[in-house]
Amino acid sequence: MRKLIDAPNPLEKSDKLGVVHVSRKHESATRQVQGCANYVDDVTEPQGTLYAAVGVSECASGTIESINLDAVRQSEGVVDVVTIDDVPGHKDIGPVFEGDPLLADGEIKFFGQPVFAVLATSVNLARQAALKGKVEVSETKPILSAEAAHQQKTFVRPLHRFGQHADRVESTFKNAQHQAHGTLSIGGQEHMYLEGQVSLAIPDEEDRMKIYTSSQHPSEVQKLVAEVLDVKLHRVMVDMRRMGGGFGGKETQAAQWACIAALLASRNQCAVKLRLPRFTDMHVTGKRHPFENEFDVAFDETGKIEATRMTINGICGHSPDLSDAIVDRAMFHADNGYFLGDSDIVGHRLQTNMVSHTAYRGFGGPQGMIMAEAMIDKIARAIGSDPLSVRKRNLYGPTTGSFTPYGMKVEHNLLPDMIAELEETAQYWQRREAIAAFNRESPVIKKGLALTPVKFGISFTAKHLNQAGALVHIYTDGSIQVNHGGTEMGQGLHTKIGQIAANEFGLDLDMIEVTATRTDKVPNTSPTAASSGTDLNGKAVQNACITLKARLAECFAKSLGLEDRAGDVLFINEHVVLDEHKITFTELVQKAYFARVSLSSSGFYKTPKLQYNRDTGEGRPFFYFAYGVSMSEVSVDTLTGEYTVDKVNVIHDVGNSLNPAIDIGQIEGAFIQGMGWLTTEDLKWNEAGKLISENMATYKIPAIGDTPKEFNVKLFGRKNAEDSIYHSKAVGEPPFMLAISVWCALKDAISSLSGYTVDPQLDTPATPERVLKAVAAIQQSDCRGGAI
Amino acid sequence: MIRFLINNDVVELNEARADLTLLQFIREHRKKTGTKEGCAAGDCGACTVVLVEPASSDNATKLNYRTVNSCITLMSAVHGKQLLFVEHLSDGKHLHPVQQALVDYHGSQCGFCTPGFVMSMFALYHSNTKPNRDDVLHALSGNLCRCTGYRPIIDATLAVCEQTPDDQFTARQDTTLATLLSLSSEKPSGTGNIFTPTSREELKALIQAHPDAQLVAGSTDLSLQFTQQLKDVQTLISVSHIDALKQCTKNEHSLIIGAAVPLNDAAPLLLNAFPQVAELVTRFASLPIRNQATIGGNVANASPIGDMPPLLLALNAILHLDNGDSIRTIPITQFFKGYRETTLAKGEWISAIEIPFSTPNQSLAAYKISKRFEDDISAVCAVFNVTLVNGKVEAITSGFGGVAAVPSTCEALENVLKGKQFASKECLTLGKQVLVDAFSPIDDVRATAEYRKTVLANLWHRFWLENQIVNQIETRVVQHA
Repeated sequence: MRKLIDAPNPLEKSDKLGVVHVSRKHESATRQVQGCANYVDDVTEPQGTLYAAVGVSECASGTIESINLDAVRQSEGVVDVVTIDDVPGHKDIGPVFEGDPLLADGEIKFFGQPVFAVLATSVNLARQAALKGKVEVSETKPILSAEAAHQQKTFVRPLHRFGQHADRVESTFKNAQHQAHGTLSIGGQEHMYLEGQVSLAIPDEEDRMKIYTSSQHPSEVQKLVAEVLDVKLHRVMVDMRRMGGGFGGKETQAAQWACIAALLASRNQCAVKLRLPRFTDMHVTGKRHPFENEFDVAFDETGKIEATRMTINGICGHSPDLSDAIVDRAMFHADNGYFLGDSDIVGHRLQTNMVSHTAYRGFGGPQGMIMAEAMIDKIARAIGSDPLSVRKRNLYGPTTGSFTPYGMKVEHNLLPDMIAELEETAQYWQRREAIAAFNRESPVIKKGLALTPVKFGISFTAKHLNQAGALVHIYTDGSIQVNHGGTEMGQGLHTKIGQIAANEFGLDLDMIEVTATRTDKVPNTSPTAASSGTDLNGKAVQNACITLKARLAECFAKSLGLEDRAGDVLFINEHVVLDEHKITFTELVQKAYFARVSLSSSGFYKTPKLQYNRDTGEGRPFFYFAYGVSMSEVSVDTLTGEYTVDKVNVIHDVGNSLNPAIDIGQIEGAFIQGMGWLTTEDLKWNEAGKLISENMATYKIPAIGDTPKEFNVKLFGRKNAEDSIYHSKAVGEPPFMLAISVWCALKDAISSLSGYTVDPQLDTPATPERVLKAVAAIQQSDCRGGAI
Repeated sequence: MIRFLINNDVVELNEARADLTLLQFIREHRKKTGTKEGCAAGDCGACTVVLVEPASSDNATKLNYRTVNSCITLMSAVHGKQLLFVEHLSDGKHLHPVQQALVDYHGSQCGFCTPGFVMSMFALYHSNTKPNRDDVLHALSGNLCRCTGYRPIIDATLAVCEQTPDDQFTARQDTTLATLLSLSSEKPSGTGNIFTPTSREELKALIQAHPDAQLVAGSTDLSLQFTQQLKDVQTLISVSHIDALKQCTKNEHSLIIGAAVPLNDAAPLLLNAFPQVAELVTRFASLPIRNQATIGGNVANASPIGDMPPLLLALNAILHLDNGDSIRTIPITQFFKGYRETTLAKGEWISAIEIPFSTPNQSLAAYKISKRFEDDISAVCAVFNVTLVNGKVEAITSGFGGVAAVPSTCEALENVLKGKQFASKECLTLGKQVLVDAFSPIDDVRATAEYRKTVLANLWHRFWLENQIVNQIETRVVQHA
């Protein structure tokens, strides 16, 4: 560069809005509303791009006898067909443990398992050809239930167990005044990202490969593609600008499609796109784990928990995938916000002939946490107390205890204050009375109310994943490009990262460009998961900014002859300031360029304080907890089981919010998604193990009419006591579990039929059918209610 | 040939596969990628586009903006219309008001559903009706969002639709109208293997020439054969351009709805005559589907889970069946023979559905039970039509969906209850007993047989409660206007 662009007029902008702790719009919003925000399928295709599809098994279990692909090869437009035998490198793409062959490898593990892949000249021709494969399987009886898996002792991983004073649980039970037992069957959940799985592989010189993929984990895609192709990692570059939703479904399970596309691209030396049609996507990708859990709880006459025994059974599908960590997280959240007394928590990882279930917002947390709430409801009905009173009675604190079943001390517990605030502002007790009055007068429609808390541990429980990198470039016009290891799936990560960088340099957001996530810019990244995207990458970006600021400050101080004062230089309002000296940011950048100062830096961060010993089941797996409380009011039609969620009040803890609008968006969205999980989203498999809720016509996520008429979300606004990025808190997953208040409210409405003496058995999802069944169970058990 | 407008440009399409969808045309042929494919089945709305046509009710001085799911719309449907998709909305660098509202209210997260929402909001904005919250929910009922939880989208839509429409499209309205009128005055001639007859005679001739061709109207169900089952289609004959099939008329005794009238066009007449069926009409799929789907198609399909047949059965509708030479009429109760099997003869089509008006002593209710209120398929659909004389049951006609292989009636209900005092407990319990045993439904993805039987009986309970003259009690969690 010989000459730099003209620096802007150094006139000061007045009253510029702050860039953090304020609601700035999503960085892609204006492009999204115009349809010019590109997703993988929108990227301009290279000349000669061909299209792939997968052929799948039509049984759930057995040994492959033969694969006849003649008809596939002869099908119109077909260019290539591959099976597992055509993989030059690793055949197994399991993310943590082996068990996930790229294509079926001798055995069929689930109904709909990809057996071969076909490449053709159009999307339709590829998909049509894929239907023509003949796969002969000598079938074995599939294992399709938790019960069958337990009986046949099929597990994807060994069990894990922890507890506090587990040795005296039995005697505490013996001496307790009250005991209760409960079971709950908890349904899984389809991610239903609006953008299905898609990858575009473009071969580059010799054996190099470039991948566009809709993935939450570009580094893992890079590694697996390299392994499958048998090349070194540095030959593969993965680019991920944005996903059309992820929710965990693209954490590990985006890789298979990228690897298949890369395999075909490598063999045929042309660009290959593999986009799964929705019905295939639903058959071949894992879902939220269904669980079949059980508890025993001992408590006194005030409802105080004295001992807890819990068995957590995660139905993992055919392979480990991430199930070990998911069942662990279910166990870590079986207490929710409550002290469980003497405890013994065991978690099984059941292997079944189903698609391998995977990460999903909450990562097992919801399936553990709902057990705590089930237990509280049970206690409340047993002692004839309001469930809210029992909830408050058992919160971690001086009158109960401070250590979780896994031995982590609960510090900075916000739940007592948050519950008190919601109870007051949303008028729990007044509404409780009003509902009782309504129910007395209304024989068919019954209302229910519940207030439930959330305490969610923040950090990957696999310690090594709690690291992040960033790369920040300053250009000579003062504009800044930021790269980091996190991926944007709609959660506003790039917006928050942009705010952080802008804030560090004292610039407005339009000076910051956050680019696509690329494995050649920031290497060895962790998945964008566990709500950690901003916590980890925000800190890494901040650290890169701090490095650059130090260089610029030094350059500035030096130019003023004040070398020893570099530490006092400030970056504010597009200016750099030292005492009475002031220069525009851009001018200083140009000065630094001429002074041969590097204007690019990487940054790194690792989360402090983490240690968990899996052998002893003790430690601190989480940096901190995020909290929330929600209150839901529902109306149930006792003739049909139909219901509506009428009113929802939420107070949620995001520490110092980096961007209130985005945080509220996460909270509302998570709540509705959680509500869907617990209400209408009903996964069904037939007796052969085939998923029959295989499209959006038969699997119903919440629609716009399901939005509660009143939906009030408030941020709690207390800063994170731990040193997180600007003392904010992670927000992606925790609010998902606020929706448990809907499930409790439905049970409350049903329980009203018994005068609140019966705790209804309401497995999830609580479809109208299940609600009606619970209603009928009470009506038939000769409680009050019954005939009108 | 099919002629239409893409925004302001006249486009002529000469050759296209019969199964080419509008979405494929936009994304693959025109290389415009703003419109997204989420499900390719009309269930998610990511592919929503707007079709503009002269409003038939206003002497063609106004334009009608309608949303459709481009993923299941066939190209023949756009003849003579203006096609607008998300790329057309902003005016240079200026966002359209609906786009700006969505940005201002933080209504996009991952953004994949956003173009579809934008188009639904745009159509509602142009309805110029100052919609309330319920109107907004209905207008956006065909758009799924997995990220936001919808609240900001509802708020943005309410706010922007407060305004009187004022955009480049209203500014160009007259020109657009004139162009569209000239385009639609020309007969479409189909493309390749899809035929677009404009008269009864042409239709007859085409059916004779192509005996294996499938008839198609709104294509909301037929398209699934291509997009979901990946079937190859040979020949299609679209009935959507035959004026005679698109007329609605009324006489003293009945309402006569042309078989190719989209449900939303028929809805005002239908609801005027039978306001009690609002729930069923609103819950009959999403707005974009209702903009295309026809009553004739829903009947001809003979699906056991279609929502119109139960209603038409309970109302004793008469079907007009045409073979091009003569029209015969049969009661709809004689139409459904077996699973997706009808008494339609070869070469015959449904030309109209005639619905006799109710008498003042009839009580009518149409109930739909599904997991989700919006855009879901009935687990059970039940329609009761009871005639009372002096408080006694004189006649009961009924129609049910989701309980048998065909849309069904239940004559036993009338046989058992005739002459009973409607208000009596006996009428309640006997009716429930009849219904619980009337059908042998199956377990499927939507519900178990057990639930279907129980709910059917309980819907009679609901009907009985709702039609008591004294002691009215609340029986519904959702109210439909």
